[in-house]
Amino acid sequence: MHKLSLKQLSDSLKARQFSSRELTQHFLDRIGRHDPALNAYVTVTAERALRQADAADARLAAGGTGVLTGIPLAQKDIFCTLGVKTSCGSRMLDRFVAPYDATIVEKLDGAGMVMLGKANMDEFAMGSSNETSWYGPVKNPWDLERVPGGSSGGSVAAVAAGLAPVATATDTGGSIRQPAALTNLTGIKPTYGRVSRYGMIAFASSLDQAGVVAHSAEDAALVLQAMAGFDPRDSTSVERPVDDYTAALGAPLRGLRIGLPKEYFAEGLDAGVRGCIEAAVKVFESLGATVKEVSLPNAPLSVPTYYVVAPAEASSNLARFDGVRYGHRTEGAKTLQELYERSRGEGFGAEVQRRIMVGTYVLSHGYYDAYYLKAQKVRRLIYDDFRRAFAEVDLVLGPTAQNVAFKLGDKTDDPVAMYLNDIYTIAANLAGIPAMSLPCGFHQDLPVGMQLMGNFFDEARMLNAAHQYQQATDFHKRWPKGFA
Amino acid sequence: MANDNWEAVIGLEVHCQLLTKSKIFSGAATAYGAEPNTQADAVTLGLPGVLPVLNGTALRMAVTFGLAVDAQIAERCVFARKHYFYPDLPKGYQISQYELPIVSGGHLDIELEDGSVKTIGITRAHMEEDAGKSLHEGFVGQTGIDLNRAGTPLIEIVSEPDIRSAQEAVAYLKKLHQLVVYLGICDGNMQEGSFRCDANVSVRHKGESKFGTRTETKNVNSFRYVEKAIEYEIQRQIEVIESGGRIVQETRLFNPDTGETRAMRTKEDANDYRYFPDPDLLPIVCTADYIAGIRAGLPELPEAKRLRFEQDYGLSAYDARTLTSSRELAAYYEAVVKASGAEAKLCANWVATDLLGALNKLGQDIATSPVGADALAGLLKRIADKTISGKIAKEVFEAMLAGEGDADTIIQKRGLVQITDESAIISAIDKVMAANPGQLADYRSGKDKLFGFFVGQVMKATQGKANPDAVNRLLKEKLAG
Amino acid sequence: MSLSPEQIKQVAHLARLSLPPEKVEPYARQLSNILELVGQLSNAATDDVAPMAHPLDMVQRLRPDAVTEEDRRDAFQAIAPAVENGLYLVPKVIE
Repeated sequence: MHKLSLKQLSDSLKARQFSSRELTQHFLDRIGRHDPALNAYVTVTAERALRQADAADARLAAGGTGVLTGIPLAQKDIFCTLGVKTSCGSRMLDRFVAPYDATIVEKLDGAGMVMLGKANMDEFAMGSSNETSWYGPVKNPWDLERVPGGSSGGSVAAVAAGLAPVATATDTGGSIRQPAALTNLTGIKPTYGRVSRYGMIAFASSLDQAGVVAHSAEDAALVLQAMAGFDPRDSTSVERPVDDYTAALGAPLRGLRIGLPKEYFAEGLDAGVRGCIEAAVKVFESLGATVKEVSLPNAPLSVPTYYVVAPAEASSNLARFDGVRYGHRTEGAKTLQELYERSRGEGFGAEVQRRIMVGTYVLSHGYYDAYYLKAQKVRRLIYDDFRRAFAEVDLVLGPTAQNVAFKLGDKTDDPVAMYLNDIYTIAANLAGIPAMSLPCGFHQDLPVGMQLMGNFFDEARMLNAAHQYQQATDFHKRWPKGFA
Repeated sequence: MANDNWEAVIGLEVHCQLLTKSKIFSGAATAYGAEPNTQADAVTLGLPGVLPVLNGTALRMAVTFGLAVDAQIAERCVFARKHYFYPDLPKGYQISQYELPIVSGGHLDIELEDGSVKTIGITRAHMEEDAGKSLHEGFVGQTGIDLNRAGTPLIEIVSEPDIRSAQEAVAYLKKLHQLVVYLGICDGNMQEGSFRCDANVSVRHKGESKFGTRTETKNVNSFRYVEKAIEYEIQRQIEVIESGGRIVQETRLFNPDTGETRAMRTKEDANDYRYFPDPDLLPIVCTADYIAGIRAGLPELPEAKRLRFEQDYGLSAYDARTLTSSRELAAYYEAVVKASGAEAKLCANWVATDLLGALNKLGQDIATSPVGADALAGLLKRIADKTISGKIAKEVFEAMLAGEGDADTIIQKRGLVQITDESAIISAIDKVMAANPGQLADYRSGKDKLFGFFVGQVMKATQGKANPDAVNRLLKEKLAG
Repeated sequence: MSLSPEQIKQVAHLARLSLPPEKVEPYARQLSNILELVGQLSNAATDDVAPMAHPLDMVQRLRPDAVTEEDRRDAFQAIAPAVENGLYLVPKVIE
């Protein structure tokens, strides 16, 4: 059952070939069997899941349900879930039982989906390897000695290993796409403002966007359809109808204009990864797309820009964790100063503290113009690059990551080396455009992902291209050994 | 001031709570006096993942203020985060405005004691959220935090350092207070903290063009305290400098019990608030149409109303000012004039003197007056149509205040209708003359002063109901013989 | 751009993070490296470029002034570390 597509699961549930309870129990069993090796879940909500499954079964029996009714999923532990621990991968929130539901949790519950549990993640989504979690690193199902990528490491490991058919994830600088690439999944980060951020614990507010990791573009389209849409509780949510993503999947690609940014194929890209991407380009050409080189001249500045903007916003967003109203509080503080410094010093891990300090520094008196204001200006240059590119092409295609998954511990001592993992993904967050990663081959027996970037609100076209590619290839159908 | 060579330079920062039902960024209630933390919703508490959405009425009120002080309304303004750690500030930052405030460059004219008018510049007014409250009493070694107030919309109104004395400061504050209440954007309740003032004070030698080092005095929550705090601070600064010391730029706290100010334990990060545009909120755009709509809906402002009262009703400047001191009072007065048809001046005397005097005694205000405008008009109508005299009217008014009914009922019940029938008055005069032959003889022999005695006797004989004009005229004729 | 141990301590204090002495040096080194990475920005020509705070070219939406939230104090305080009589408790604040 865990290898079926969401469409197949939906049809089977409607045909009563198996019940949602049976399906849910199947995944819960797999979690029990495999998760100790992977550490993909922070919390498994078995009881809640079975309750939801029973409710879904009742609705299925009555007929007239939506396509997702009764289908299980994993929620990244960054989304607040009423009555369920929401840790954000941090000791700070180790005992935080959220008193409300995030908008997307409400929406997916409303669509009849069954939450299996909360997926592990880098602490406060800060990381590219899922090694900064308070709950320990997540392992890559393709090689347990390697990282699954981050920050949505739990989400991708769960889906890649068949411990959930699909999972939610978030992407601030590549946290959906990079882990999807490293685990042979399809992951989509929609346009900024397409999915509500209400109830998603903020890392960098102007960059954060929720999305999906799945086995295929079709699966991703189905779940994104249910998540997307205007939310009056989020001032940055866009009041604009959501396109029909699944209806668009079948369109032929004849005439599709694809741009290859030369900066994405420069020094630093692993030759094996490059080979896979180049092969993928050929497939697109064979499907009728035209391909040309484009330039994103400021792309090399996206990492430095990001490491000003994101820590600045993070240092501010994380100021609320002070041990007063919720979250970790140190024992026996005698003064307010002690309460703050020790609660935060104990509650946050090293990477989070580093970013808070960088952010505090760049916003400080005397440095604001040189760092923050400068970064905002370069951000516009990066945005303008994409504007120009999308005047010439429909989609931009390149690698998602420079390399395949690296080994656990390889980069933990060198923050800057870790940051460079996101060199190809960050620009889309800075510009606010949609982007996705999809499997396009293997190098050294490890998955390679290619990235598609689209113009604002062009998710449907991106998903269509990905789906057509997946009709012509079978990389996305391969399964990691040991998790069959 | 200890020394005539010194000059004070004062600027005021006024925090004015906007009179909205819900908070500036969430749908929690803003009512004063609720049980602790019962109006602290998820957004107010700064729970992880929550987001702010701007209250449209708060924006409208801020723009209303800007238009009323003749300021620029920013076409585009932004919210910024101001960071500091304090337990009454749930998110670790206050959402405020920094580089681009909604209102900039206005002014307010105040009248000085010598009658001259001084213009005080308003540098800016920006929107922000209020903080919660720290309660220090009732806990051993602990402070309790109530976040009900957190997130209440404020405008912070910053004056230019144009103010030169505590008296000017109070005049400015009173004017500002009157204005925001007039505009209906603030309830003006200083005890409850709806209208709070911080005073930036420095001193310098007269003739000096540079400013001295200033202190900021907080927690001054009445006009009287503002005056006392500023006077204390001016005196203190002069003494420090004259004894060879230096003024430290610091925040000071006013203690109403001692009338003194003292240095607060400073928020150490005060000089590094790390402002940056709030990425959860988008730029606020006020279109010309939006602003024009608000301008069209502005109420008549106190100054314009006062001038109109002088011109249209022929009132003295003093009466006009009294009657326009609040919008409710002015409306009351105008309702009385309209409904009574009585002379505007008469109405002014009754409202400004009799009514306000009575309300003052009763500890009531115009909104809770036991005699409404229609009721008072009913009384003044009877003076105008000569049913009763002004003197009798006072008696009727007392009875109205005591709740005995409307003017006509009381006049009827007490038989107070004025006697205008001349034959009845003549008959009373005849009786008085007959009863006082000695006084009559004295009068006729030239003691004119006795005329008043006869008037009194006639009024007495008619229980005060005789029309005074008729009594005067007829008595003069009869006494002349 | 490199950060001195003193600067690290100051930043940690501003951010209210306790900083054990043995961590000052590693943080100073790591943050200096990060700032060196970020320093590449100074080469970008941005003279006439307007800062971009946000990817969306939208304006703030306004909420009607209505009370929509009910009292949920009990639920919210169930997750609070220290409360008494409905108040959140902190060590005594001296003003």
